[in-house]
Amino acid sequence: MPPSVTLAVTRYRPEQESEPTLQTYEVPFRKDWVVLDALNYIKDNLDGSLSFRWSCRMGVCGSCGMMVNGSPKLTCAAFLSDYLPGPIRVEPLNYFPIIRDLVVDMTDFMHKLKKVKPWIIRAQEKPLADGEYLQTPDQLEMYKQFSMCINCMLCYSACPVYGLEQSFIGPAAIALAQRYNLDSRDEAARERLEILSEHDGMWQCTFVGECSKVCPKNVDPAGAIQQLKLVGAVDWFRFLLPWGTR
Amino acid sequence: MSPGTQYTPYHPKWYRRRMSVWWWLQNRSYVYFVLRELTSVFVGLCALLLLWHLRALVQGPEAHAHFLAQMRRPFFVGLNGVGLLFILFHTITWFNLTPKAMVVRLGGKRVPDWTIAGLNYVAWVLLSVAVAVVLLRG
Repeated sequence: MPPSVTLAVTRYRPEQESEPTLQTYEVPFRKDWVVLDALNYIKDNLDGSLSFRWSCRMGVCGSCGMMVNGSPKLTCAAFLSDYLPGPIRVEPLNYFPIIRDLVVDMTDFMHKLKKVKPWIIRAQEKPLADGEYLQTPDQLEMYKQFSMCINCMLCYSACPVYGLEQSFIGPAAIALAQRYNLDSRDEAARERLEILSEHDGMWQCTFVGECSKVCPKNVDPAGAIQQLKLVGAVDWFRFLLPWGTR
Repeated sequence: MSPGTQYTPYHPKWYRRRMSVWWWLQNRSYVYFVLRELTSVFVGLCALLLLWHLRALVQGPEAHAHFLAQMRRPFFVGLNGVGLLFILFHTITWFNLTPKAMVVRLGGKRVPDWTIAGLNYVAWVLLSVAVAVVLLRG
């Protein structure tokens, strides 16, 4: 076991430099340390000016996503021991504008997420006195996988379509749209299908499939997008028929 | 700040990275993806060859003999060989991806991915055997 490991970390201080550079730090190696622990060691002991996001350090909050040796990872789940002998390259998430060091601007994702209306929509809300909208375990199972998304945006950083075409609504937002479409309490699947059938929607996806591979919660956004495409295609063929739905 | 400066509130001074034209060489999945997209060219070429073959058949025995002679040329043998490899790649990769798009539930349980992909392979083998039987009988 080596006594230490080298981290090459992206630095971008907009007041000092016009483009990002890599700065190396030597941190002690411990076999139970993840990349986030090493970054915190740097922040606490070597260089307090390093900026990065993190919160829960247990794969739930989705804040600490970064590129580790070129792959999008939650740094709280990326063990240093998996990247030996190093140096380990830590960069901000791909395809997002960098604000500072390892911090990216996620506003674009927030807008896209809101656009797909990821909440339960009813044609007619029933009065509170009538009680909850009940759901069976089987009905829950229909969408549960897609509801595990923690908005960490690793899938966007793995998606070359998003890199090339920033208007693409993207994997996580579509997976969350499908999560509500499959929810037995929701009644807005058609409304969302209209939104996702627009130019920047699901048809931009060319099924690279990398989004599902990097997802730390096994959400499978690529699957959600292809399932929606199938629904969209069937809907379009129905529209062609004289007795079609529209 | 000069009076003419446009200022967008809360807009930080971003750095946007350019995407390299070689992005598809960054990892193996991207290379597979680009190869899979490229297979469509060979699928199209084989469809054109089939149309050419049909046209030769309609035009009579002489045209058909000419078509077969053309197909024996190294260029077309090579093209068909490479085409076959790409079409096999196309078929296998798409069959393996079918379960992503098709969610089949039986008795409340999701049918496993390997079953959905496996059924495609079974159908492929059965159809191939049927075509072989028709051809070999002829």
